[in-house]
Amino acid sequence: MAERILDVKNLKIDFHTYAGDVKAIRDVSFHLDKGETLAIVGESGSGKSVTTKSLMGLLANNAEVTGGSIMFHDQDILKKSEKEMQNIRGKDIAMIFQDPMTSLDPTMRIGQQIAEPLIKHKHVNKKKAWAQALELMKLVGITDAEERIRNYPHQFSGGQRQRIVIAIALVCYPEILIADEPTTALDVTIQAQILELMKELQEKIDTSIIFITHDLGVVAGMADRVAVMYAGQIVEYGTVDEIFFNPQHPYTWGLLNSMPTLSSTKLEAIPGTPPDLLDPPKGDPFVARNPYAMKIDAEQRPPFFKVSETHYAATWLLHPDAPKVTPPDEIIRRRQTFKDIMAHEAI
Amino acid sequence: MSEKRKKILEVKHLKQYFNVGKLDEVKAVDDITFDVYEGETFGLVGESGSGKTTTGRSIIHLYEPTDGSILFEGKDISKLKTKKDFLDFRREMQMIFQDPYASLNPRMKIKDIVAEGIDIHHLAKDDAERSKMVEDLLETVGLNRDHSSRYPHEFSGGQRQRIGIARALAVKPKFIIADEPISALDVSIQAQVVNLLKDLQREHGLTYLFIAHDLSMVKYISDRIGVMHYGKLLEVGTADEVYAHPLHDYTASLISAVPVPDPEYERNRKQIPYDSSGEQDHPDNPRKLREIVPGHFVRCTEDEVAGYRQKAETYEQKA
Repeated sequence: MAERILDVKNLKIDFHTYAGDVKAIRDVSFHLDKGETLAIVGESGSGKSVTTKSLMGLLANNAEVTGGSIMFHDQDILKKSEKEMQNIRGKDIAMIFQDPMTSLDPTMRIGQQIAEPLIKHKHVNKKKAWAQALELMKLVGITDAEERIRNYPHQFSGGQRQRIVIAIALVCYPEILIADEPTTALDVTIQAQILELMKELQEKIDTSIIFITHDLGVVAGMADRVAVMYAGQIVEYGTVDEIFFNPQHPYTWGLLNSMPTLSSTKLEAIPGTPPDLLDPPKGDPFVARNPYAMKIDAEQRPPFFKVSETHYAATWLLHPDAPKVTPPDEIIRRRQTFKDIMAHEAI
Repeated sequence: MSEKRKKILEVKHLKQYFNVGKLDEVKAVDDITFDVYEGETFGLVGESGSGKTTTGRSIIHLYEPTDGSILFEGKDISKLKTKKDFLDFRREMQMIFQDPYASLNPRMKIKDIVAEGIDIHHLAKDDAERSKMVEDLLETVGLNRDHSSRYPHEFSGGQRQRIGIARALAVKPKFIIADEPISALDVSIQAQVVNLLKDLQREHGLTYLFIAHDLSMVKYISDRIGVMHYGKLLEVGTADEVYAHPLHDYTASLISAVPVPDPEYERNRKQIPYDSSGEQDHPDNPRKLREIVPGHFVRCTEDEVAGYRQKAETYEQKA
């Protein structure tokens, strides 16, 4: 079995605001194995970015962790002081942010920005650090690296800047790389290049990736496993094939159904908007937008029902006593593909 | 079939340069020609910097074109001179913007935002009629009638985009330019707004120019698609044709880069690289849009037409 390097258990995070406490993360558990890519998917406000910020110890001042643990190997990240976190951040756990325009220091040469983590964490001298920075710039595909190493961020395009951000994140060979919407600000052709680069580098340095995105297309190409978040909770998780071809939660159905495919004639939008987390719903958070909702969905939060060893979904529809429902056509089509894949694997 | 339909918009050799004559001259739009037929959705796709937004802004006359002409219902819009001309023109053509957070004045109530066009064009006799019109519009776009006295900050991104749509509809336009109207919204909300736009088109007989970088959504909403790159229009055709049978290498490359929510497909995906060096222009052999198969145009030289025809034929044989 793969080595487990991160284990998040029953994480709860509140934000204190003038209007009251926003319950942003409500009992979230997941794990990450060595070398794998876990994608966390969800809409804005679902809590995916807050979750990863808590892994980095980068929560805002008005945030409070009200429960749970984040075990990185055998240490709880939530119990670390800021000083201890500074030794982990950038070295063991590194992060790539969404906007390559604002995540670089405009007044610092690129070489210095890439070399900085080495000098700080690995106590390498400046000359060696710059040499390694140069190697890495070549690795992430910056042409004329020898000259460009002395350039400033504004001299690079958006795609190149994101390559540099990736170089900075990887320079200490982190065990975990958190990528928070790393390609959302980029054009599709550049996005494809960056995603390809991330996959290549992951193999080379054997890092695990937590990939945060709302783009299901990107998830399908990048992830080994997927966790679907909604209103501060994980509602379903499983392998990428299980989530895309055999989804169980009506929210996952809705997400897959609202993406245009080559053959779609009418998009099935999910009606309504996500709930207000100042006063989160008692039961299944998706109840108000769920055409398959039952009475119990409004009253009691569903537990995770096991679909397979790796696939769990928090929906009452999986309860043995639940009525059988017919999912949307698109989901039935996808399940057929799943059967084909399974049959193929069995041979 | 589309040939018989009435052209509502004709863009002819439009050039839109910035900083003309200076060192940093930018040819944002460089000699593009296309028509939009009444009642259809024309999708304009391209990467950032391709000139698609500039094209939209030139069409609604936010810029004075450097060269070329734009005919709306047969009238050249650069010939509009008086204030009344512009009022009449903008009553026919409206715009929906990309960022629903920046395009609504935070100090104005929803009813005043939506009614701005009604006021300018004096479409309401009195206050009661104005309120009724606003409330009807809010209902049309799927908002609550009672929302009219609220402020923009009380709404989510998707709701704000609906307000922007209501504002555009207020003057009963024929033609709407939608510039990336959904790219700032969540996936589940994008589908809501796109479906709303489609429904409105059917009910009001609207014509859309839909500008976006999201190819799959553009393909879904558009009847015809134009692909832009570096200020030039490279390929024009029906949405299905362009998407399924791309002729220009750039279009094929762009389509191959779009991530698809299907792990099986993604595992086998091959991205097609694109090299723009072959696009250099020779003065004696100019590139322009040429019809390869009926309704499907590619920007190429006279000599290249045969090659593209052959490519189109191989597609047909496969089908």
